Amino acid sequence: METLERILSQHPFFKELGVDYMQLVTGCASNVRFEQDQFVFREGAEANQFYLIREGRVALQLFSPERGHITIETLGEGDILGWSWLIPPYSWHFDAKALDLTRAIALDGKCLRRKCEDDHHLGYELLKRFSHIMGQRLESTRLQLLDLYGVRS
Amino acid sequence: MVPRPYIVKRIRKDTVDTFTLELGPKDGRSHFSFAPGQFNMIYIYGVGEVPISICGEPSNSTLVHTTRAVGSVTKAMSKLRRGDIVGIRGPFGTSWPVEQARTRDVVVVAGGIGLPPLRPALYHLLAHRDAYGKVVLLYGTRTPDDILFKEELENWRARFDLEVFVTVDRGTPGWRGNVGVVTTLITKAGFDPTNTIAMIVGPEVMMRFTALELMKRGVKAEAIYVSMERNMKCGIGLCGHCQFGPLFTCKDGPVFRYDQIKDLLVKWEI
Amino acid sequence: MSTPRMYRIEPDALNELIQSLRQQHYTVIGPTPRGAAIVLDEITSTSQLPIGKTDEQAPAQYRLKERGDDAMFAFSAGPHSWKRYLFPPVLKLFSSRKNGEGFQISEELPSSDHEEKYALLGVRACDLSAIQIQDKVFGGGTYQDPAYVRVRNQAFIIAVNCTRAGGTCFCSSVRTGPRARVGFDLAMSEVLDSEHYFIVEVGTDRGENVISTVTSRAAEDGEVEKAEHLIRAAAQSTGRSLEPDNTREILYQNSDHPRWDTVAARCLSCANCTMVCPTCFCATVEDTTDLAGTSADRIRKWDSCFTLDFSYIHGGSVRPSSKARYRHWITHKLASWVDQFGTIGCVGCGRCITWCPVGIDITEEFRVIRETYLMKRGTSPNKE
Repeated sequence: METLERILSQHPFFKELGVDYMQLVTGCASNVRFEQDQFVFREGAEANQFYLIREGRVALQLFSPERGHITIETLGEGDILGWSWLIPPYSWHFDAKALDLTRAIALDGKCLRRKCEDDHHLGYELLKRFSHIMGQRLESTRLQLLDLYGVRS
Repeated sequence: MVPRPYIVKRIRKDTVDTFTLELGPKDGRSHFSFAPGQFNMIYIYGVGEVPISICGEPSNSTLVHTTRAVGSVTKAMSKLRRGDIVGIRGPFGTSWPVEQARTRDVVVVAGGIGLPPLRPALYHLLAHRDAYGKVVLLYGTRTPDDILFKEELENWRARFDLEVFVTVDRGTPGWRGNVGVVTTLITKAGFDPTNTIAMIVGPEVMMRFTALELMKRGVKAEAIYVSMERNMKCGIGLCGHCQFGPLFTCKDGPVFRYDQIKDLLVKWEI
Repeated sequence: MSTPRMYRIEPDALNELIQSLRQQHYTVIGPTPRGAAIVLDEITSTSQLPIGKTDEQAPAQYRLKERGDDAMFAFSAGPHSWKRYLFPPVLKLFSSRKNGEGFQISEELPSSDHEEKYALLGVRACDLSAIQIQDKVFGGGTYQDPAYVRVRNQAFIIAVNCTRAGGTCFCSSVRTGPRARVGFDLAMSEVLDSEHYFIVEVGTDRGENVISTVTSRAAEDGEVEKAEHLIRAAAQSTGRSLEPDNTREILYQNSDHPRWDTVAARCLSCANCTMVCPTCFCATVEDTTDLAGTSADRIRKWDSCFTLDFSYIHGGSVRPSSKARYRHWITHKLASWVDQFGTIGCVGCGRCITWCPVGIDITEEFRVIRETYLMKRGTSPNKE
C-alpha cells in the first residue's frame, strides 16, 4: 500500500490532491496485470474501475461486423484509461485490449463514486482532472478526424 | 537558370500514391551538394517543374526525391523509367539547424509526407551522433499502409542511440502499433525540453498543434523549426508566388524558426 | 547660378536626339497615341509623340483630350509602363529538344547585339523610381534575372519631369517625384508659353555624349527657373496623398480590419491593377510542347496575385477569397515590400486607380486602415 501511494501521488493526474484524499484514493487502489491480448474491459460491461497504465500498451477498440476489430487509439505508460465509471450509465463504450503484457494500477470506481457523493470536494477534484484528460482526448480525436495526411482531390 | 540533366537510376513505388526517384548526373559530374532541408526544382520535359525536398544522404552521390503523385508534373514523374532524363535546378532554400542543435537533444516530428524532408537531417545527426544528446523521431501517418521507409525505420529503431515512435491516425486489421495523432507521442519521448531543438514537417495544422504540444512541455518557440510549403514557380525569389506574409518560402524558407512565423500561421488566408 | 550641364533644346532638336539614338542602334520607345489612350511603342520621330494631347484621369476613368497646342508631354501615366520592355509580358526562357532518351536544353538569348538595346524616352519620375525598384527585385538578390539585367544595363533613359499633375497620381507624398533626381541619362522639362523649349539635365557621361550630337546651348537661369516653377506647381496640385511611413505596422496589425470586407465587395479580381502597376513583378511559367513532342519551350508570363490559382497548393488555394487577395496585394505593395527590398513598392503613378474598373483607390483604402492604426495609438489623424 505504501508503494502504491507513492506511485499514485507522483503521477501528474493526482498532483496536489492533498494527503487525506491521496490516502482515500490509495485505499481504493490495487495492482493488476493483463497478459498480451487479454481484454481489460469489454464494451457494454459495467464500468467500475479506471486504470493508470504503468507498463505496456492498451488499444481502445470497437468491433464492427464488416470491419472487425478497429483500433481507435492506443494508450501507454503513464496514461489514464477509462472514464465511463464516473458518468452514468457507468458502462464501457469501447473494448480495451492489452497489446503487450501490461501492468496497471486499478482504482475502484464504485468505491470512489460513493466517496464523491459523500464528499463533493473530492468529486470536484476528480472531475477537474478527468475533464482535462477528456479535453486532451477530444482534441486528439478531432485532429485524427481531420485526416490531415489524406490527399485532397 | 536552366535545368541540369539528371538520369533516373531507379524509381520505386513506396505506397499507393508515393514514389521515390533516385537520380545521378547525366554528365557524370561532381557530387550534388546540399544541406538537409533544401529542395530542388525538378523539370519533366514538356510538362513542367515542381519543387521537391531532397531526401537522400548528403554525402551520397545519388540524388533522392520521395514525393506523392498529386498534380500533372508529379504524376508524370511517377511514370518515369530507368534511363529517363529529368532537369534539376537547385539546391534552394534554407536548411535544418543541425549546427545549432549540437550538444542538445533533438526531436524530429514528421507527419505523413513530411518524413522525406527530415530524413537528410536524421542522416546528418546519426553520422555525427556524438555531437548530439538524445535523438528522437516521432512519425505519424494516415494508416499502416502509408508508412514510408519501413525498412529504414526498423533499422533505426534497433539502434540504442535513437528512439523511434510511429503512430497512425487509423489502424488496419492486424495493426498492433500505436493509433492516435502524432502529438500524443510527445509525452512518451524522453528529451530535456529546456535543451532541445525540434524539427517538424507535416500539414500546417499538424505542425501548429505539434509545436503547441512541445511548448506545453517546455520547449521554447525559438527552439522549434518547421518547413513550410507554398506554390512555387521559380524557386529563387523572383516570381512572387511563394510569399507567406513578407517571407519568400523559397529563399527565406522553407525551413523557418517557429517564433518568427507563429503569428503568420494563425492568420487566415495570409 | 545655372546647375552645371543644363542645356536648352528646341523641339526640333528633340527629333535630332531621336535620330541620333537610332543611328547608335537604339530602338527608341516613347509615348504615342493609339486609339483612346497614350501607350508606349517604338517611335521614329517626334511627330509620333502625343502632340497637343492630354489625359483626364480619375478612378475608373481615362479620357484623351485635345489641348489645341503643340505640347509634347502634357499628359500623365498611361496604361503601359516601362516594364513592358525591361520585364516583357511574355518571354521564352529556354527551349528543349528531345534527343534519344533525353533532351537538350538551350537558353534563349538575344540573336543580335541590338535586339535589346532600348532608349526609353519620356520616363516620368514615378516610373523612374519604379525602374529602380525593379532593379532591386531582379538584380539585387542572391539570384538575379539575367534577361532583365541584360536589357537594363543597355537601356538609355530620357526622363521627363512632370509640369502638370495627373488626375490620379500622388508622387510627391511617396517622395518619388515629380522631379527625376537620379538614375537617368538625360532628364527633360518641357516649357511652353510664348516660347517652346526643353531644359535638359545631363545625368551621365553617356547622356552628355548623346546631347552633344544635337543642337543645343547652355540653359539660362531664367529658363531653368521657369521649368522648376512648373514642376513645383505640379507637385503642389496633386489631388491625393499616401503617407509612406510605418506601413508595416499599419498593415501587419490590421489583417482583420472590416475595411477588407468593404473593398472585397467591390474588387472583381480582374488583375488590371497588377498589369498596369510599374513595379508588380509576379510571373508564372508555362511549359509547352509542339504536337509531335519533339521540342518543348518554357515561357515566362506576367501573372497576378489576384488569380485564384496563384497560391494553389495540392487541393486548394491558400487565398481563395478575393478579400484575401486584395489584402495580400496592398500589404505586399506597401508593407512587405519594405521587409523584402527596403522601400515601399508603390511609386504613386496612379495607374491602378485609373484602370480599376470599379475605381478602387489605393490611397483611400490605406487611409482608412491608417486612421484605425493612429486611433489605436491615440494620435489623431488630423494632427499631421
